Amino acid sequence: MNELSNVNALMPILPEIILACGAMLVLMAGAFSGERSGAVVNGWCIIILLVAAGFLLSLPAGRYTLFGGSFIVDDYARFLKLLTLAGSAGALVLSLDFLTKEKLQKFEYGTLFLLSTLGMLMLISAGDLIALYLGLELMSLALYVVAASNRDNAKSTEAGLKYFVLGALSSGMLLYGASLIYGFTGTVSFVGIAKATQAGPSIGLIFGLVFLFAGFCFKISAVPFHMWTPDVYEGSPSPVTAFFASAPKVAGIAIFVRAAVTAFPGIVHEWQQIVVFVAIASMALGAFAAIGQRNIKRLLAYSSIGHMGFALVGLAAGTPEGVQGVLVYIAIYVAMTLGSFAVVISMRRDGMLVENISDLAGLSRTHPTMAFFFGLLLFSLAGIPPLAGFFAKYYVFLAAIKAGLFTLSVIGVLASVVGAYYYLLIVKIMYFDEPAKGFEPMPMLLRFVLGVSGLANLLFFVYPAPLVGAATVAAKSLF
Amino acid sequence: MTLNWPILSVTTFLPILGAVLIMLLVRGNEGLAKGTARWIAFWTTVVTFAVSLLLVWHFDASSAEFQFVEKQNWLGVASYHMGVDGISLPFVILTTALMPLCIMASWVSVQKRVKEYMIAFLVLETLMIGTFAALDLVLFYLFFEGGLIPMFLIIGVWGGPRRVYASFKFFLYTLAGSVLMLLAIMAMYWQAGTTDIPTLLKHGFPVGLQQWAWLAFFASFAVKMPMWPVHTWLPDAHVEAPTAGSVILAAILLKMGGYGFLRFSLPMFPDASHFFAPLVFTLSVVAIVYTSLVALMQEDVKKLIAYSSVAHMGFVTMGIFAATTQGVAGGIFQMISHGIVSGALFLCVGVVYDRLHTREIAAYGGLVNRMPVYAFIFMLFTMANVGLPGTSGFVGEFLALIGTFKANIQVATIATLGVILSACYALWLYRKMIFGTLKPGLESMKDIGWREAVIFTPLVVLTILFGVAPKPVLDMSAASVAQLLDGYNKAIAVKKTAEAAPTQDTTVGIAR
Repeated sequence: MNELSNVNALMPILPEIILACGAMLVLMAGAFSGERSGAVVNGWCIIILLVAAGFLLSLPAGRYTLFGGSFIVDDYARFLKLLTLAGSAGALVLSLDFLTKEKLQKFEYGTLFLLSTLGMLMLISAGDLIALYLGLELMSLALYVVAASNRDNAKSTEAGLKYFVLGALSSGMLLYGASLIYGFTGTVSFVGIAKATQAGPSIGLIFGLVFLFAGFCFKISAVPFHMWTPDVYEGSPSPVTAFFASAPKVAGIAIFVRAAVTAFPGIVHEWQQIVVFVAIASMALGAFAAIGQRNIKRLLAYSSIGHMGFALVGLAAGTPEGVQGVLVYIAIYVAMTLGSFAVVISMRRDGMLVENISDLAGLSRTHPTMAFFFGLLLFSLAGIPPLAGFFAKYYVFLAAIKAGLFTLSVIGVLASVVGAYYYLLIVKIMYFDEPAKGFEPMPMLLRFVLGVSGLANLLFFVYPAPLVGAATVAAKSLF
Repeated sequence: MTLNWPILSVTTFLPILGAVLIMLLVRGNEGLAKGTARWIAFWTTVVTFAVSLLLVWHFDASSAEFQFVEKQNWLGVASYHMGVDGISLPFVILTTALMPLCIMASWVSVQKRVKEYMIAFLVLETLMIGTFAALDLVLFYLFFEGGLIPMFLIIGVWGGPRRVYASFKFFLYTLAGSVLMLLAIMAMYWQAGTTDIPTLLKHGFPVGLQQWAWLAFFASFAVKMPMWPVHTWLPDAHVEAPTAGSVILAAILLKMGGYGFLRFSLPMFPDASHFFAPLVFTLSVVAIVYTSLVALMQEDVKKLIAYSSVAHMGFVTMGIFAATTQGVAGGIFQMISHGIVSGALFLCVGVVYDRLHTREIAAYGGLVNRMPVYAFIFMLFTMANVGLPGTSGFVGEFLALIGTFKANIQVATIATLGVILSACYALWLYRKMIFGTLKPGLESMKDIGWREAVIFTPLVVLTILFGVAPKPVLDMSAASVAQLLDGYNKAIAVKKTAEAAPTQDTTVGIAR
């Protein structure tokens, strides 16, 4: 490989290299300095993530392809990688205090976060099916382990195991789909597949496409491949759940959109139907199934299923506007999710974690600021203007309407009304009900995350141009 | 017009400034803090009102154009575009004028979480003014829907025993209607390439899109208005909301529906409006007659007034879709008048509720013996609600009826029945509560105090003033209404000639 001889050619992949080396470094450091180094090592992991983000930002604009086209760095990848790094770093920030209090502070934790994030970044940049699978597995394997990181807790190990078994199944489906696609097109690269499908679909290719999409749907927990989500969300330690709900979702959506748009532009009509169905099913299930939940983490699990459905509405449009909508949606979603989990993690009474929605009763009087910001986030999740969540939905539906997907749009907005019900229910419990015993004071780091996320959601409408503009540029680079 | 500062934005966002001040300055919810929060809220609303009076002062009523226009680049697909014309300005003033009264009405009755209460009201004020002043569909939607959040909290936190049910019903009903409007807004954007209202007013949408978009907008505004049969959230919301919340709900939030019809449905979708006018007439007439009958059966004062609101809004929708000068002007006037009168009626209920803490009609009786001044004020507003000549209620109903008479005689005839029915329930309510022997337990009722007198004085003055001299309001909107109907009639005429079918004598009967 000629290009590798030049070190400069590796610049675009520098963030990944930093993460990989960083992960090994902290692993070494942790292993040599023993169990007590957990907090320091995990703190360093945040810094490594930020350094990687810094290098990503400093990369001159433009499109780079490496390793014979299997690794692509374009504006699209850059946008989503930054978001992923932010999501991972945010989840780690949420973890630090929690891990100390729960006596789970181990250096493996941060290391696994780094490795998983590395997998996500590779996934986002994947330009062929092989790279896709490598990234996906690196991400997933690390996630299975983190899910079970509370080793002595039955629920946590159950979550890890469940996630692993079902995840393996989905990987199998994805691989099967990939092999079919390879068999019928004779290539694994997205560009090649796109060329091969220009003539039109063949039945084998469509089979492959379905299996491939099934694998993606599993990773972003879209209906009908969502079953693992509530159990895994509930069983995993809360900061891990926050991580699951943010960064891997970004990566999953990223590869879903990239594969659909760059590898199968010739058969848009075929995959559009699948995405429309998945979107409708996810939005509806997310809205209706969450109503009966008592546990806040399960509720947020169903909420995230619903949100993935809304994000897919943009993909269903299959246009640059649609992709822009997906990007705006997912960015706002990450911000809302991290903030919400900051509240969930700080639900701690008498040294014990509590997870029931009813435990939030009267929060507006015991912790007015926390209730205010959480209330904002809930209204934002419900998509009520002028909060950011409204704009997220606005852009995806705008694209869907342009693409003529009226039925999808009507069902979508009506699902958002049903969904609003359970978000309101939490607001009701916080604001209308008599106060329960207050929580322990919120740790500084969690306050910081909640404050940033709440303010970002509240003030997004004042100056939406940076995010929307970046999303537009990123979406254009795919087409 | 010659102002060189953004007066409209200042009017809109001053209340938010007050809310931020309260948030920053007031700590806790004890004695002194409560007072500070109240005074800040009061002065904020008063200053906002004063600024909004400048709008009237500088407003050029002879022009139908949008005035005090401000435009900023904002979302890419939408812009921050504000402005008022003769149709929206009266509602802006109504909002700013009622707000200080609402704050005063809550002075004593709200004792719990005063700080949050005042913040919610101030935020709500900004959103309401913004709804009327927005000249971009997305911006409009933002204000329109954003108002749900503070109102939800006002009903839910400071409301009565069934407040949770009422607040949820209010929120979800309104949201369900509005999201469909949002989709229509998007469809209009792709059709016209902009969400700028003045541009869209001139755009001329194809008939197919007009009908779908009309229905989507109708879903939103009919719920907000509320029209029969989607009115059921209103009685619940009214009954459970605190007094000031009811006042705002009846006086301003309901008017957003009527304003929406005037601003969007009629001028942007003239063909569809013409096509669906019989539907609106039917629903309006049912609302007028049916909800008046329902009002007769109520045992709860607030519920009775709520149902009477639905009936009165029936006159408004009827007048608007009659699409005649008198009808539309009557609709606007009726909305302003109803804003003052129903607001005042809810304040009247609030006065006795503060003293006795019940809204059951049967609990009251013979109040005239103890509260003569109150009895007089209540009578005045009851009469205005009935539509007695000499009060503002008469002018609005009369104009709306005349306007409809020109368009559709049957509808106008049945609607007139509603006037009689409204006299029935209003007088019945008045007799039950005020006359007769003094019910036990009412001996210690005190007549209204100075604070309440201050609240009622402007409302009494305006009710009578607009009753005998409605000209200021009518003049303010005349030019805009004329332009609106001009465009509407032109569009209908174009369609008629285009059809060029054997147009048998369609004496503007039930169209089609």
